[in-house]
Amino acid sequence: MLDIIIFLVLLALGYGFGRWAEKKHFASIIEREELLRGLLTFSGRFPPQGLGPLETVLVDGNVVISVDYFKRISAALRSLLGGRVTAYESLLERARREAILRMKQQAFDSGASHVINVKLETASISKGYGKQVGSVEVFAYGTALIPQST
Amino acid sequence: MLVSNIEIIPGKRIRQHLGMVQGNTVRAKHAGRDIMASVKNIFGGELKGYTELLTEAREEAVGRMVRQAESIGANAVINVRFSTSSVAAGAAELFAYGTAVVLE
Repeated sequence: MLDIIIFLVLLALGYGFGRWAEKKHFASIIEREELLRGLLTFSGRFPPQGLGPLETVLVDGNVVISVDYFKRISAALRSLLGGRVTAYESLLERARREAILRMKQQAFDSGASHVINVKLETASISKGYGKQVGSVEVFAYGTALIPQST
Repeated sequence: MLVSNIEIIPGKRIRQHLGMVQGNTVRAKHAGRDIMASVKNIFGGELKGYTELLTEAREEAVGRMVRQAESIGANAVINVRFSTSSVAAGAAELFAYGTAVVLE
């Protein structure tokens, strides 16, 4: 009986706080993306033509985001039925956009106009912990181009 | 020391190729952070402790790569790539590699 109560409390806490945190995070992501819209990012390797003299610097951004209890349970149920695991989709989207934003912020702070050759890497942390599928790390890196006025 | 993940640096010519350099580090999570993380695992959200830990670890991997490049007389590392792998439960390896070159 006590086990069921604990389970339900955890589920409710996960649902409540998880939803709240996700909403807040998405709002902040959208706001900051708007601010950094002028800074262009490319996954191509070559700098755009006609930029004049440039300085290059490596920029990166990373974030670790954990799954809440509710999402973990709903994903576990979903894996019985198959299909889209929307709980995890939004988690990874958040993590990727946040990592890219942090990279862009770093580029912006160093006065860059473009970021090229952007690569993304995803790793799951504490995978070896049996049932405790915990958190995901996304790491974004690229080369920032800083225009030189000579 | 210039570190970049593109292979052609605008406005600079490569005078000499010195081959691949690499740096790695294996980090484990410490118990205090682990406890905080397991609490966060109920609520969801960012694990700031881990984010910092991995940032530091990556800086260290890059630092080691740069030191290796310096020791063979390079002044830039180009085409840098990063890779992460979990070696054992609770430990992750961060690996950075690139090509050491001498730029004009």
